[in-house]
Amino acid sequence: MRKPFERIIERLFACSGYITSVVIILIVVFLFREAFGLFKSPAVEEGYTIALNKNNKVSEDQFHAQTLKLVFDSEITNWSKLGGKDEEILLFRLDDITNYYSEDELGSDLENVPVCINRLVDSMPGIIAFIPKLYVASNFKGRLIEDVAITPADFLAGKEWYPTSTPSAQFGLLPLITGTLWVSLFAILFALPFGLAVSIYMAEIAPMKIRNIMKPMIELLAGIPSVVYGFFGLVVIVPFIQKIFHLPVGESGLAGSLVLAIMALPTIITVSEDAIRNCPRSMREASLALGASHWQTINRVVLPHSFSGITSAIVLGIGRAIGETMAVLMVTGNAAVIPTSLLEPLRTIPATIAAELGEAPAGGAHYQALFMLGVVLFFITLTINLAVERITKQQKS
Amino acid sequence: MNKIEAIDVNFFYGKFHALKDINMQIEERTVVAFIGPSGCGKSTFLRLFNRMNDLIPDTHLHGQILIDNQDIYQKGVAVDELRKSVGMVFQRPNPFPKSIFENVAYGLRVNGVKDESFIRQRVEETLKGAALWDEVKDKLKQSAFALSGGQQQRLCIARAMAISPSILLMDEPASALDPISTAKVEELIRQLKKDYTVIIVTHNMQQAARVSDKTAYFYLGEMIEYGETKRIFTNPEKESTQRYITGRFG
Amino acid sequence: MIPYKKNYSTRKKRSQTLLFALFSLMSYSVIGILVLILGFIIVKGIGVINWEFISTAPEEGMTKGGIFPAIVGTFYLIIGSALFAFPVGIMSGIYMNEYAPKGKVVQFIRMMTNNLSGIPSIVFGLFGMALFVNTLGFGDSILAGSLTLGLLCLPLVIRTTEEALKAIPDSYREGSYALGATKLQTVQRIILPMGMPNIITGLILSVGRVSGETAPILFTCAAYFLPHLPNSVLDQCMALPYHLYVIATSGTNIEAQLPIAYGTALVLILIILIVNLLANVLRRYFDRKVKTN
Repeated sequence: MRKPFERIIERLFACSGYITSVVIILIVVFLFREAFGLFKSPAVEEGYTIALNKNNKVSEDQFHAQTLKLVFDSEITNWSKLGGKDEEILLFRLDDITNYYSEDELGSDLENVPVCINRLVDSMPGIIAFIPKLYVASNFKGRLIEDVAITPADFLAGKEWYPTSTPSAQFGLLPLITGTLWVSLFAILFALPFGLAVSIYMAEIAPMKIRNIMKPMIELLAGIPSVVYGFFGLVVIVPFIQKIFHLPVGESGLAGSLVLAIMALPTIITVSEDAIRNCPRSMREASLALGASHWQTINRVVLPHSFSGITSAIVLGIGRAIGETMAVLMVTGNAAVIPTSLLEPLRTIPATIAAELGEAPAGGAHYQALFMLGVVLFFITLTINLAVERITKQQKS
Repeated sequence: MNKIEAIDVNFFYGKFHALKDINMQIEERTVVAFIGPSGCGKSTFLRLFNRMNDLIPDTHLHGQILIDNQDIYQKGVAVDELRKSVGMVFQRPNPFPKSIFENVAYGLRVNGVKDESFIRQRVEETLKGAALWDEVKDKLKQSAFALSGGQQQRLCIARAMAISPSILLMDEPASALDPISTAKVEELIRQLKKDYTVIIVTHNMQQAARVSDKTAYFYLGEMIEYGETKRIFTNPEKESTQRYITGRFG
Repeated sequence: MIPYKKNYSTRKKRSQTLLFALFSLMSYSVIGILVLILGFIIVKGIGVINWEFISTAPEEGMTKGGIFPAIVGTFYLIIGSALFAFPVGIMSGIYMNEYAPKGKVVQFIRMMTNNLSGIPSIVFGLFGMALFVNTLGFGDSILAGSLTLGLLCLPLVIRTTEEALKAIPDSYREGSYALGATKLQTVQRIILPMGMPNIITGLILSVGRVSGETAPILFTCAAYFLPHLPNSVLDQCMALPYHLYVIATSGTNIEAQLPIAYGTALVLILIILIVNLLANVLRRYFDRKVKTN
C-alpha cells in the first residue's frame, strides 16, 4: 500500500524540483513569442503607406524606420543621400494637400482626394508622400513603398525611442540601454565604497553585539519595497538635487543613481561580508604573526582572498540596479535620450516597459517592441547571473 | 642566558582554566619541544609567546612572560613589534594568496621595508635558509598554492624567518605532511638552532626526540615535567610522563 | 640587519585607527540612511493613519478617504501567491536536498533557481501578462497577479527550504532509516518538522517581498481604482504599492494626495517592519530552542 503512494509523492517532489527550470524556459518562450513579431511589423504606421514618383529609383532597402524619420524630420533633404538622383526631397503629408488643391477640387466629401494625390505624386519627381492606404487610387501611377519591416538594426542601433513618431515609430534601443547602464554604473560607484566599508566593518571591526544589531537593519534595508524608495526619492532626493544644482527639474540620472545605490547596498554588503568572513582564520593569524597590523591583514590578505566574492557582490549589485523598475521610473524623469550628464533626465529599459506597456495595444509593434526590451533585459540579467555563477565556482576550486 | 621566562602563568578561556601555574625558562639557541595529549594546553601556551591568544575574545592571563627580560604583556608593548621578533609557523601550511616571492616578502613589507633590492636579497637568503631556493628559484612569481604541501610549509617557515626573528614558534609544523616532507622540515629545524630559539609543539614523540634539546610534557593544563630531551625520554621522573611516552596513555 | 623604518609601528597604528574610524562612520551613515528613510515616512505618515484611513475606500478622486481596498487587495495577493509558491517551493526544496542525485542535478537546479531570482520583477510582469492574462485568458485578475507574484518569490522559498534542510545532520536521517522508516516517512516525521522553523522564517520574508512588489502586478492585476471590493479571483484588485505609485506620480491634486501617499507608504513600511521583526524573533526563538535541546 505504501509503495505506490510514496512513489507518487516522490514524483510530485521531483516535478516541483524542476519548476524553476520550467519557469525560465517558459519566460524565454513567451517573451520571444510576444516580441518576435516586431521584425515583421511594418515600419510605417498601420494603415498608411509611403508613395514616391514612379521615376524615383531609390532602392526599397533605403526606407527603414530610421531613414524615414530623418527624411520626414527634414534632416535628409536630398535624394542623392539615399542613392538617388540629385534632387530635393519634397515632403507630403495628407494635411499638406490643401497647399496644392482647393476645397472645390477635393470635393465636398473629399471624394476626389485619391485622384488628387495620384496626380500630385505623378507630377512631382522629388515627392515622398505619407498617405492612408485608403486614399491610394486604383490606377495609382506612383511607386508604393510597401512591406518595409522594422529591422533588427533599427532596434539594436536605433538612436531614438519614439513610439508615437509618424510616419515611422522609432524603437531604438540605444538611448534606453545607455540610460540603464549609465544609472547602474553610477549607482555602483556610489554604493561600492559604502558597501565595502560596511562589510569590512561588520565582518572585521565591529563587536559581535553591534554586528547583531546591524545585520537585521541591513536586511530591513533590503526589504523596503522599491516603490517606497521611489517615493522617498521623489519627495526628498529629487527636490534636493533640483535645489542644489539649480536644475529646471530634479528628476535626473543622479536621482536614479542615488536611489539605486541605496537599493544595491544590502546586496553588496551581505555578499561581500560573507566572502570576507570566509577567509580562513589561519591566514589572518599568519599575517598577524608576521607583525602585520589588523588593517594590513585586511588589506593585504583578507581582501585579496575574498576578491572573487566581492566581485560577485559587485556584479550582483549591478544586476539588481539594471533590473530595478519602480524606483527608477519615479525619479529619473524618463526622457529617452542618450545620456551625457548625470543631471539630465534619462530613461531605463525597465522603466520604459512599466510606463508604456499599459498604453500599447496588445499585438501591435509598440507592444512587441516592449517585449523585445524584456528579452534584452532578460538576457542581460541572465548573463550577469551566469557570470556570478562562474566566479563563485572559481572561488571554490 | 634565558631567552624566555614564564612566571606563574595561569590562563583562562572564559571560566575554563586552561593553563595552571606554569614556570619555565628557555635558553637562547635551543630547540624546546612541547608534548602532551590533545587539549593539554601546549598550543595555548605556545601562543602566549607572540600574544596570538589576544585575538580570542574573553581570555585572560595571570602571571608574566618575559622575553629578553621584558614582560611582553606589559602595557605599552607594541604587539606588532613583538611579533616581528617572535615568528610563528602553523599546523597547516597557510601561504597567502600571493606569489611565492610576495609570501616571503610580506613580513618585510608590512613592517615598513621599502628597499626593493634589499627585499629581493632577503627573500633569496631566507629561501636558501629554508632549503627551498633550488626548488622555487625559477617560479618565484607563481602562486604559492602551486607548491606541494611540504614545500608550502617550508615556504611558511621561510616567511617567518624573513623578518629575522630571534624566536620561532612552531605549532605542530609537520602534522599535515607526508614522511619525506616531514624529514626535510625536521632537518631544517635542526639547522635553525644555530640562529634561533625554537619552540615546537608536536604530537609526534619521535619527532620531539629527534629535533629537540629540551622537552616539556603537559597534561590537563599543567606542566608535568621539563628537562633535557634525552633524560625525559629515557628516565622520566613522573609516572604520567612515563606512561605518555611509552604510549600506554589514552 | 633589516632596515626597518623608525616608528613604523606607531604610524601603522595611527593610520589604522583613522581608517577604522572612517569605516565605522560610513557604516553608521548607511544605518543613518535607513533611519532617515524610515523616520521620514513614519513622521510624515503617522498623522494620516487612523482607523478611518485603513477602513474606508478612497473618495473624491483619491483626494480623501482611506486605502481599505488596497489593503484588502494586497492581502488577497499575499494569500494567492502563498497558496501557489509555498507548497511548490517547499516540495522543490525537499526534492533538492533529500531526493535529487547529488552533484550535477542539484547544481543545475540550484543554478536555475539562482537565475530565476536574478530576473528583474518587470520581466515577471511581462511574462505574467503574456502567459496568465493573455494566453490562459485569466485577464487582469487576482489569479494572474498572485501567480506572477508566486513565481517571483519561488526562488526565495526554495532556497530557504533547502538551507533549512541542509542544516539537519545526516545522523537523524540514518537514525530514522535504521528504525525501518521509509524515505517519505523520514522526510515527513523527522526532516520537515526539524526544518520547519527556518522554513517558516523564509516564508515570512517572502510574504514581505510579495506585499511590496509593484512591477509584476502593473499589467496582471492592479487597478487604479475600484468602487467595490473584488468578488472573485478573476476580478482586478487594488494593491498598496501600486496605489502609492499612482498617487505619487500621476496625481491631479498633489496637495491633497501627498498625505495619502505618506500614509500608504507608512502602511507598507509597517508591513515590512512587522514581517522582518517576526522573522528575526522567530529565528532567535528557534535558535535558542535548538541550543537548549
